[in-house]
Formats: sequence, structure tokens, C-alpha cells
Amino acid sequence: MKITQISVFLENRKGRLSDVCSLLGAHDINIRALTIAETESFGVLRIVVDKSEAAIKLLRENQFVANFTDVVAIEVPDQPGGLASILKILSEHDVNIEYMYGFVEKFSDKALLVMRFEDTDFAQQVLARQQIHVVTEKEIEGL
Amino acid sequence: MDIPFWNKEIETAERSRLEQIQLERLKVTVGWALKTALYRKRLNQAGINSPDDIKSLGDLRRIPFTTKDDLRVSFPKGHLAVDMVDVLRIHSSSGTTGIPTVIYYSREDVDNWTDLLARSIVGAGGTRADVFQNMMTYGFFTGGLGLHYGAERVGMTVIPISGGNTKRQIQTMRDFRSTVLHVTPSYLLHIHSKLGDEGVCLEDLALRKAFIGAEPHSENTRRKLQDLLRIEAFNSYGLSELNGPGVAFECVCRKDMHVWEDGYIAEIIDPKTGEVLKDGQEGELVLTNIVRRATPILRYRTRDLAFLHPQGCDCGRTHRRLSRILGRTDDMLIINGVNVFPSQIEEKIMKIPEVATNYLIHVDKKGALDRLTVKVEIYPKLFLGEVSKLESLKHKIVEELRASITISPAVELHEPGSLPVSEGKAKRVVDERPKD
Repeated sequence: MKITQISVFLENRKGRLSDVCSLLGAHDINIRALTIAETESFGVLRIVVDKSEAAIKLLRENQFVANFTDVVAIEVPDQPGGLASILKILSEHDVNIEYMYGFVEKFSDKALLVMRFEDTDFAQQVLARQQIHVVTEKEIEGL
Repeated sequence: MDIPFWNKEIETAERSRLEQIQLERLKVTVGWALKTALYRKRLNQAGINSPDDIKSLGDLRRIPFTTKDDLRVSFPKGHLAVDMVDVLRIHSSSGTTGIPTVIYYSREDVDNWTDLLARSIVGAGGTRADVFQNMMTYGFFTGGLGLHYGAERVGMTVIPISGGNTKRQIQTMRDFRSTVLHVTPSYLLHIHSKLGDEGVCLEDLALRKAFIGAEPHSENTRRKLQDLLRIEAFNSYGLSELNGPGVAFECVCRKDMHVWEDGYIAEIIDPKTGEVLKDGQEGELVLTNIVRRATPILRYRTRDLAFLHPQGCDCGRTHRRLSRILGRTDDMLIINGVNVFPSQIEEKIMKIPEVATNYLIHVDKKGALDRLTVKVEIYPKLFLGEVSKLESLKHKIVEELRASITISPAVELHEPGSLPVSEGKAKRVVDERPKD
């Protein structure tokens, strides 16, 4: 099951990240997972939030350049080699990961990871066949 | 002081003799111009139907001015006065938009130009014993090839190294004991700052002179160059529309540049009214080339602000001296010696769909060199969240601009609404280079 990631373009300017977080916070939107891809002159903030529709509307209303990206959140055993075992399966099935990052919280004893795949549908099929738990939007809202 | 001459008779000719030469050559030039689509109509409208309609130098004022825009409209051959078979070379410079300014040279034209450059070099004390390292870019740009030909005519040992590659420039200066450089002032300062990195000190070099040009610079910059490198630095002036370098050059007195008045007629005008001003008064330099057959250019508005000295020079030359360039009447930028019009940049970036309508051109100094940064706002609908797409957009903008203006700017992507909004004539250019 896909979940929605919001990407926000951030120019290299002081306080820009803080602006995004303050805006979301002021509207009671909670950031569940976050990463920043940075280059020399700009960054792209990637977040998973509890209310993505509301969040993107809010960001755009406030002149942020923001868009949706489909990602998959999966549970990974929170123990040494936990991530390695999942990556091994994906690799064996030729599933390419573009990037990944971790959730802030977890709702079981397992760690939560956001993964962006080159081919999201194919990756989901593989994950389902291997019975790797894919987190739903509902579960994220309930975090 | 020993004053060297290339052609003493002409260089020290009485004014009346010079004016006689100018009149004869102007008539011939008008004859050539009448063969071109660009000039035929406008000369006829001014009542000039044959060279004989030019009876005195005063008749020059009957001829309308020529602008860079006229040369754009007449691109590519509307100002060509000979058959292509008689064209020996083409040079080109940036136009105000994507259409460049093109100049054709016949064999005789290259020869005349080369002679004026040999005169310039010798006047500044260059000799056949010198090793001449030409750091100006070779190619369409006139700075490289122009001086190259002049230096060969003088008999110098010419190193056609062209611009850039500082490491190699320094090694070459050391290995071949270069004595005379042709370079932009900012690049020479940059080279000086890098000597240490190459483990080279002044004692390893044999430098004695530099011909500096292609960008405006102050007397302070000249002095700084002279002190730092223990050389004599000579100002030069030229523009591709009028052949290139060698329109005006400093003699050994180094007190502003002699305009070679047997090759060019120089006027200073009020840029607003077009009225011709007196010597000593500052205004826009207008030049007429009177020794070029393939591309005759009459009363060309250079957009450069300067003045002509009313009094003669200690060297004994009668050709009037032109001040250093004091400014521009248009918005042309000179970035490390390369002429760039903001309109060229705008034209390119507005064709890229991912770019929104706002942009800013920023110029500053990084060390001794100029740095051009083009800041654009991205178009929100085309943002899909991928960093690689944004990086390729940046590269695309750099490549598009490099193809147009020949230099690679830094490109910054910005959020919509973050750059100053255009209100009528927006301030699109911020030039933060120090004016020393």
C-alpha cells in the first residue's frame, strides 16, 4: 500500500525549513518522518505527515513549491541485520530503491522505514509475496 | 625618453594632413557603404548618392548613426560590401539578443588592421626581441587573433595560448620567459594571486609589459598591476564592430590612448541629442572605420562614455588621445572581458518551461575574477520532488546560457516569489563589483 510523501522545494535561505515546520505545527499537522536532500544551492524536504491532503493544501496556499510522491513504508525488525535482511530480499528480486529514510516513531517493536522505489507497484508486489508488512495511511494517521 | 614609432611619418603627421587622409578615406568608405543594403537607403535619404557628395569632413555629420541594432537587423549580410569570395575572415560578437553581430574582413582589411596593431605594439615599446604571450581568447572574439597578427608583423615571438588555464599560463610564462602579455586586468590579477601555488616567484619570470583591455578598469588597478608584477601596463581599446583591438592604444607615455586617426574617425556626442561635443567634453564615443572595405561601418555608436584630450602628447604623436572608458550608455555587462547583454540572458531562460517569469542577474567578484550568477524562480507545477530533475534543470540553464553568452554562469534555483517582483522596468541586474 502506497503512502503519500510530500516534497517541498527549499531554496538556500536562512529559516526556510523552520518556516515549513512552523506552518505545519501551527495547523496541528504532525511530521512522522523527514529527510532532506541537499545540494550546493537548494534542498528538497521530504516528509510524511499524518494529514497529507491538508498539509499540501496549506503549503501551496503559503507559496511553497510542494508536490506528492508515492512511497512505501515498511516495518523492519529493530535488531542487528534487520534492514539487511529486507534489502537482501529486494535486491534478489531486482527492486531498485531511489532513497530511504526512517520514521520518527514506531508502533510495534519494529522500526519503520520510508522507501522510494524506482517502480513502486512492482516493489509492492514483491513485498507482499515476501510477507513484509507494508504500513497503511490509516496506521500512520494513528501513530 | 626614447619614443619608438612604427610609422613615424603618419603617427606625427600635421593635423591638416591627417584630416586630408581622413577625408579621402571617408569618401572611399562611403563608396563601399553605398554598395550595402544597410547603408544605401539611409545615405540616399541623407542626400549622399556618391562619394563625391562628401566634400568635407563636416559632411560626416550628414550621415546617420549606426547602432548595434542596425547590425542585428542587417544580419547576416546586409552590411557586406564585397563578394563572399573576397572575404578572408569573419569575426563575431554578442548581439543584444540571440542574433550576433558579424563583421567581414577582406585581405586588405586584415592587412590594414594588422598594421594598426603593429603600430600599437611598437608605440607601447614592444619589439621583435619580445616573447608575446597572448592570453586573450582566440576565435570569433577579435582580441586574440587581432593582436596575434600585429605581434607577428612586429616580429615578436608569439605564444598563442589563448585565455584560461591559469596553471598553464604561469608555466608558459616561466618556461618561455614571456616578456609581454596581452590580458584582461582582472585575469592578470588572478594570475598574480596564483603564482605562489605554482611555486613561481617574480624572479623566475621575465615580464616587462602587459597590454590590458577588453574590460573597464581604473588607474588604481593599473598601478596595482604594475607594482605587483613590476611591469608597465598599457591600456588598449577596440571593439569588434570597428575591427577589434587597435582602435586606440597607449604609447610609452601611458597617458591615455591614441586613436589611430588615419584608420578611424572619432567623435564624441551627447548620447541624448546626438550633438557632436568638443574635445575634452565627456560623451558617447562614435567611430567610423575608414580602412575597411568588406564591412564599412559609418558613425557607429559604441555606447562607451569617454572624452578626447584637447592637447597633444609628450610622445609627439598628433593622433588624439581617448580617455579610459568611463561608463556605458546601455546595460551591457562586461564579465571577465566578455560582453554580455541582460537581454541575451532573458531570451534564453524565458524559453525554458520549468522557469517562472522572475529572474535576477547578479555580478560580483570572486577573488580577482568576475562572477556571474543567474537566479531563477522555478515553475511550481513542474516540480515533482526529484532532486535529479532540478539538477538537470540547472545544467540545462547553464548550457543554454553558455551557448549564447560564451561564459558559464552559476545558476541558482529559487522559490517563486522570492526574487524581486518585476514592476515595469524591473531591476534585473545587481552589480556588486567594487568600483575602485
